[in-house]
Amino acid sequence: MNTFIYPEYEVVRNQDNCIACRVCERQCANRVHRYDEENKKMIADSTLCVNCHRCVCLCPTHALKIVRSGDTYRENANWDMQTVNEVFRQANSGGVLLSAMGNPKNFPVYWDKILLNASQVTNPSIDPLREPMETTVYLGKRKCEVVRDQNGKLVDTMSPSLKLNLPVMFSAMSYGSISYNAHESLARAAKALGTYYNTGEGGLHKDFYQYGENTIVQVASGRFGVFKDYLEAGAAIEIKMGQGAKPGIGGHLPGAKITEDVSATRMIPQGVDAISPAPHHDIYSIEDLRQLIYSLKEATGYQKPVIVKVAAVHNCAAIASGIARSGADIIAIDGFRGGTGAAPTRIRDNVGIPIELALASVDQRLREEGIRDNVSIVVGGSIRSAADVVKAVALGADACYIATAAVLAMGCHLCRTCNTGKCNWGIATQDPELVKRLNPNIASQRLVNLLTAWNHEIQEIMGGMGINSIEALRGNRLMLRGVGLNETELKILGIRYAGESL
Amino acid sequence: MKRYVIIGNSTAAIHAVEGIRSLDKEGTILLVSDETHFTYGRPLISYYLYGKTDEEHMKYRPSDWYEVNGVQTKLGVRAEKIDAKEKTVTLSTGETVGYDKLLVATGSRPFVPPMEGLDRVEQSYSFMTMDDALRIERDFVKTDNVLVIGAGLIGLKCVEGILSRVNSVTAVDMADRILPSILDEEGSRIVQTYLEGLGVKFCLSDSAVKFESNSATMKSGKTLSFDKLVLAVGVRANIELVKEAGGACERGICCNEKQETSLADVYAAGDCAISHDITAGVDRVLALLPNAAFQGRTAGVNMAGGDVSFDQAIPMNAMGLFGLHMMTAGVYEGEVYKEHKDGNYKKLFCQDGVLKGFILIGDVSRAGIYTSLIRNRTPLCEVDFDLLKTRPQLAAFSKTYRRENFTKEV
Amino acid sequence: MKRIYVEEKWCLGCHLCEYECAFANSGMTDMVKALKGKTIHPKIRVEDGKNVHFAVNCRHCKDAICVNSCIAGALSRSESGVVEIDRNKCVGCFTCVLVCPYGAVMPDGDGHVAQKCELCTKNLCGEPNCVAHCPNRAIVYEERD
Repeated sequence: MNTFIYPEYEVVRNQDNCIACRVCERQCANRVHRYDEENKKMIADSTLCVNCHRCVCLCPTHALKIVRSGDTYRENANWDMQTVNEVFRQANSGGVLLSAMGNPKNFPVYWDKILLNASQVTNPSIDPLREPMETTVYLGKRKCEVVRDQNGKLVDTMSPSLKLNLPVMFSAMSYGSISYNAHESLARAAKALGTYYNTGEGGLHKDFYQYGENTIVQVASGRFGVFKDYLEAGAAIEIKMGQGAKPGIGGHLPGAKITEDVSATRMIPQGVDAISPAPHHDIYSIEDLRQLIYSLKEATGYQKPVIVKVAAVHNCAAIASGIARSGADIIAIDGFRGGTGAAPTRIRDNVGIPIELALASVDQRLREEGIRDNVSIVVGGSIRSAADVVKAVALGADACYIATAAVLAMGCHLCRTCNTGKCNWGIATQDPELVKRLNPNIASQRLVNLLTAWNHEIQEIMGGMGINSIEALRGNRLMLRGVGLNETELKILGIRYAGESL
Repeated sequence: MKRYVIIGNSTAAIHAVEGIRSLDKEGTILLVSDETHFTYGRPLISYYLYGKTDEEHMKYRPSDWYEVNGVQTKLGVRAEKIDAKEKTVTLSTGETVGYDKLLVATGSRPFVPPMEGLDRVEQSYSFMTMDDALRIERDFVKTDNVLVIGAGLIGLKCVEGILSRVNSVTAVDMADRILPSILDEEGSRIVQTYLEGLGVKFCLSDSAVKFESNSATMKSGKTLSFDKLVLAVGVRANIELVKEAGGACERGICCNEKQETSLADVYAAGDCAISHDITAGVDRVLALLPNAAFQGRTAGVNMAGGDVSFDQAIPMNAMGLFGLHMMTAGVYEGEVYKEHKDGNYKKLFCQDGVLKGFILIGDVSRAGIYTSLIRNRTPLCEVDFDLLKTRPQLAAFSKTYRRENFTKEV
Repeated sequence: MKRIYVEEKWCLGCHLCEYECAFANSGMTDMVKALKGKTIHPKIRVEDGKNVHFAVNCRHCKDAICVNSCIAGALSRSESGVVEIDRNKCVGCFTCVLVCPYGAVMPDGDGHVAQKCELCTKNLCGEPNCVAHCPNRAIVYEERD
């Protein structure tokens, strides 16, 4: 017999305000709400609620809220409720626990322990509304030989690069894990913003080839949807070696999500589970990686930069060093708080390292080895705001990847049940009735709004520091100070403690 | 500058003026009517008696309408004669007016069959015009027992109007059921039962053969006494003006889809004119207000030099009696779909792959969706008719239909 | 003129528009007060078909058959193109219901007169309230050909 687990959250309805319009009922894919004909009242079954807030947002009289249920076991600092419930759940099912979105555990968020500098007296700050403020970023190799043709003219030997109007891109989310409309929203927003979105390992739907100039196409261990046109369609190719939410393991898209369209895009059979292997079976070394990089470059005429994406793990500095020598143009590092549509809970919550530390160590290592200009560095894995972006750039990143913030902008309320496929916001689902809830006309505008706002903030912050371009901020760790950090952390981050002057 | 003359002051005439003015703002319009009232909705007279409206609200158009539309009126004046050669109309005032385009929208008049002794009945009324309604309002008193000859549309609307004003109402009809022209037998029974429940008495399959001043001897031998008599047997189209001028007429004035009569520059519209009923496939008078409006508009536009046709005439009626609503349209031929539950009655008639007609009693919501199927002769293979049978809905139409209608101006 | 257009692709069938319509035309400023415990009689109605939802309200036809058919002259087209109904003139014969091809004219709550969408021109909303509150922009109010 299954142990009953009292729901962690409870739907609370203000019956005085409820007009029984039944919008909550119609909008809940989990069937929490229903109308009791007899008593002429709406009632809710909290055991089914995932706390996605769809009903709360749509209730026209604001009669609904969702609160912590308050049910609790005997307090125990070691065996907290979540831990106990997970044991119950596994004893009930015998299965590996699955979770979605990023690591929610109470690990330190280093962004929040880093503070930014500002100009006072001895150096002028800059008003971005009156003076030029450059947020354009180019991603790719910065090294080039000076070569002249027989007439003595300079030959362009610059490697291909990506031009971003602001140092933020949308990171990989596959069509399959997210919906067609979510993809369209990201694609349209990337185009409008002058940045890029990323196909993830789901191939590129034929409808979205038109956004190719703003698309990064991914090649991952399952090779789903990879073929000549796909590689040629994108502005850059990303080899995904790992993902922050589940380093070291592959992916698993349940057959139920492999609809006709997803199947065609991924080039796999309909209705059959799509398994991405944990490793690339042709990559067991940096040399192997180099082969894939050059295969892809060869296939696309050396016209597109190649990104290698790895999860932030313990020896990522050494790995990055290898990648920087492998011919890759860009290294993407994904921190342990990065989101996912589904990951084993234990992996998500316990594997990998914080992106702040990984970034600092990689940047430091590449500088020390004199190969920092071989590659650009893009970081992701919970970049939550413009401040995080500025701090990341100051720590050494060229640009940031965001995904959780992007899906939030599209409507996600972080209920973390993407793996159920019943996303009430139309994002992480393939159910047509749910997918249509995400209107790309609205969602793409919200994405544009978000990043436009961030860009204003980035400019404002940079101006305050007296810096007028992202280029001048990159790796400028003097602009950062730590609080609440120990010596080791400060050393890895390469920053001084707050209050320490030069 | 064109000279337009319009004989009539009701629906067809008004819509004709609007049709003319949609193209020609300059021409002179003379409107002649033997009624003295400002244009009013004829069918409203029963609602007037029923207390649902008053004279002010019965105006079919705003008070300044004639002025705004540049219409010169001669109210209380009869058009006596049309000279189609000279293109003149002689009026009851003796005046003769010339026209470039003439519209005959003379409507119809009550038909009174010859019945012995009718002239002996002093308190006899017809029920067609505002004046009729005003007479009834003035004369009928709470103690009156009223005999209504005719249990059709006019008769029963009259019954509705007067029931609460008098002591009793008995409606007589030769037919064996009420509303025989718009309902089927079962439908008639439903409505009859409803009306009887409200106290209306019926005497069916019977007719008056002889009248005394306060009683009628019926064919069945019964004698019905009354204080007031209402004659609502039927109507006849006013075709004489055109007929005498040499225009082709049958039971109504013959006209084509442009509302042109056989006389040059003479148009006819409304209850006096013949329509081509697309459901029955025959030419007949369709004395219905919407039909008069469409014909009038068509005539007006064509008179002003436009080129439009009206080829969607169908019989249709929306009728309410003491809160019971019924809607009917088309002809009752072909395959039948029937539903009768919860006090609602529905019958749909299909033939040759199109909806031909329907009867709805009680729940009449969205009936227009059915009507448009008939009017547009929509092939039923283009819609989900099984869905439509249960209730009228646009979900049964194609996505294309909805795109055309919901995402564009219509 | 600006009209309401319905994009069924985006309609979720949530029926919020019906409640927003009823509220807008209630004359009240508090939705709970206006609608709690009441049966609503909105002028916009959502149809839920097989895998399809869409709202239907008056299309404000250029050559409106309801206006032409009205026996009382209660229905008219304003100068700006809005098909309006004068409740004081309407006698509730429902000929408009009989002729509207969209089923967009209906008896009002009491069943005495007809009602239809007047684009919130006769209430305090200014712009159609269903449009303002559609959560997925399935109902829009704009100028189109």
